[in-house]
Amino acid sequence: MAEQTKEYRATLKPEGVRGKSIRKDELREVPHVTSRPNAKYAWAAGVAMSRFLDELKEGRIVGRKCRKCARVLVPPRMFCERCYRQTDEWVELPGTAVIETFAVSYLDTDANRIKEPILVGVVDLDGAPPHCGFMHYFDEMSPDEIHIGMPVEAVWKPKEERDGAITDIRYFRPRRK
Amino acid sequence: MGFTDRFQKTTEPRHRLGAMEADHYIYSAGIAGEKFFTALRDRGIILASHCKACAITYVPSRLFCERCFAELTDSDDREVGPEGEVATFTLVRQDSAGNALPEPEILAVIRFGHETTGFLHKLGEVSPEKVETGMKVEAVLKPQEEREARITDIAYFRPVKK
Amino acid sequence: MNLKETNRSAAVVGAGMTLFASRLQETGKEMTWEAAKMALDQAGLTLADIDAVILGTAPDAFDGVHKKGEWLLDGAGGVGKPYMRVYTGGGTAVMAPIAGWWHVASGMYDKVLVLCEEKMSSVQPHAQSAFGHIWDPILDRPLKPNLVWIFSMEMQRYMHKYDVSYEDIASVAVKNKRNAVGHPCAQLADPDITLEDVINSEPMALPVRRLDISPPSDGASAVVIVRGDMAHDLTEIPVFIDGVGWCIDTTMWTNRDLAFPEFVVKAAKMAYDMAGIDNPKKEIDVAEPYDPFDYKEVQHLEALGLFEPGEAARATREGKTQRDGELPVCPSGGLLGVGNPIAATLGIKVGELFWQLSGQAGVRQVKKDIRTGVTQAWGDLMQFSSVLVMRRH
Repeated sequence: MAEQTKEYRATLKPEGVRGKSIRKDELREVPHVTSRPNAKYAWAAGVAMSRFLDELKEGRIVGRKCRKCARVLVPPRMFCERCYRQTDEWVELPGTAVIETFAVSYLDTDANRIKEPILVGVVDLDGAPPHCGFMHYFDEMSPDEIHIGMPVEAVWKPKEERDGAITDIRYFRPRRK
Repeated sequence: MGFTDRFQKTTEPRHRLGAMEADHYIYSAGIAGEKFFTALRDRGIILASHCKACAITYVPSRLFCERCFAELTDSDDREVGPEGEVATFTLVRQDSAGNALPEPEILAVIRFGHETTGFLHKLGEVSPEKVETGMKVEAVLKPQEEREARITDIAYFRPVKK
Repeated sequence: MNLKETNRSAAVVGAGMTLFASRLQETGKEMTWEAAKMALDQAGLTLADIDAVILGTAPDAFDGVHKKGEWLLDGAGGVGKPYMRVYTGGGTAVMAPIAGWWHVASGMYDKVLVLCEEKMSSVQPHAQSAFGHIWDPILDRPLKPNLVWIFSMEMQRYMHKYDVSYEDIASVAVKNKRNAVGHPCAQLADPDITLEDVINSEPMALPVRRLDISPPSDGASAVVIVRGDMAHDLTEIPVFIDGVGWCIDTTMWTNRDLAFPEFVVKAAKMAYDMAGIDNPKKEIDVAEPYDPFDYKEVQHLEALGLFEPGEAARATREGKTQRDGELPVCPSGGLLGVGNPIAATLGIKVGELFWQLSGQAGVRQVKKDIRTGVTQAWGDLMQFSSVLVMRRH
């Protein structure tokens, strides 16, 4: 078997590895087919998230409390995945938070380059235990000012423009005294 | 207060509509596929790969035998057809969206002899009631200038005229 | 959970991998066959010797074929055999061989072929459009997130909590891209890259810059796993799988501790316990942690118990994790240097440890005597980890 091992040692050299890099712009000569997927989806929000979205429309952030582990779950769910039991009650939160973490993004959703960076991150909501929050944008602050632990507050869309989505909150801004 | 109570109080189940954003996919024919489609386009022939050890002929051609993993090279190339045989068939009356087709289409798996794999294609120049399993058919190719190295370079298969 | 006793031992006796690059010419099946053939040839086996086949591959959305496992079947050599697909995102690279291990360790099969494939160039305009669908459709996707954001947010939190500098982290990218020089499958090997190149590369989502990220890629890898008592008949130096572990954290990613991956600690503990390793810092000679981003390598090294939290980045900058350092880390060149065809990174994780521990890594060979190695992969929505301890007996 030693022979094979030696032989193999030779095969993992460059000449042993076959194939070549072909990129999109070099495709013309390679027979291929292109096709476009056209499936459409309706993603259900579910019981807990539907209530959460309804409350956002009213300008309120709510969580769902598990009395056993005493956590207020945000994003809310009808069951506590740690205690593995049904959660007990809805709790309204004040809408203030601190920045848990953030990114200064020069990429949009399709990986296109953008000049003005998007400030985005995770908020750690007041009235909920640590690590209970969601992702959102930050604004009215510069990339130099933003930092972990910064106190922030939600800035809402005008009531008539809200449609029961996470984007009913426009962004979080530095908290005003 | 349980799941059901909550659900009944929710006036309208919320949802979000969307689509998969992938604009399109590129499916390449592969090394063996390239050989097959180039031969079809340029020489108007159906190319296959024969594995001697397993006594099987793969149509279209393949880079390797899926049974014994042997590499199938140019020396294993075989030309099959244009005559083949209907292994099985179905009559299609609707398009993929469920709309009635103006004319029903006959889809069939075509094989090219004993120990040979086959592929899916359309039948033409035949009425549905005349089609039967085992029927001898032959490939009708598009004119050379219209071929583009795709399976549709074969327009359809038609019964072999006696 | 009884981790010390499994029915029988299992060893890797062959490995193979293809070029990692954008490979629009070959089909996924053809790449899979190429890798599998190399692994079988090295083990001196044919497909007829193989009892069962495991195929690992990540989202169907990359190749654009549903039931990708079944689609790749012929290239994987699974026709007419017991066959299953393993899918835990990036974690697949080490989870698929773990599945291979339990097929053998359970006593069910003697010789198992494990393959991983990914073809990310099929999806247009960019693999990013497929990645978009791993976010929660109600809560996250209306914010139009880019996948890089979540890595950037993790990195930020990690740097903040442990007071780690960006420059120290960036030295991981330099090390791995240099290590990849001489790897015949490498996509981004660069012998001349400097820390300044990484620090000055294009900002993506700060703190993450372009050279902190491994590139999407196409490729396939394979290993052959056999019963321990057969291994010496098949190869000169078999490498035994002595410990396996895996663990997953909550799907609610904003509810996690983004600074430190506790789930990696748990997966590692399971693998170390099984391998009888009490002090990984002393007992591990070489490591191949998952490095899709430079900060992930250091975070993983710490969670694997090889460095104290917050110390791995500085140790990297000081050269301790170089191929000739105290603890060689990613001697393959890693995902940052060789490329990141998600599941197919099997070849630079488990494959590399096999080649290293059996002394077959050629120009990449770690010079000092190495006997025990750990490898790890990470995936799903940044929440899953698989760990494997490999040893020369």
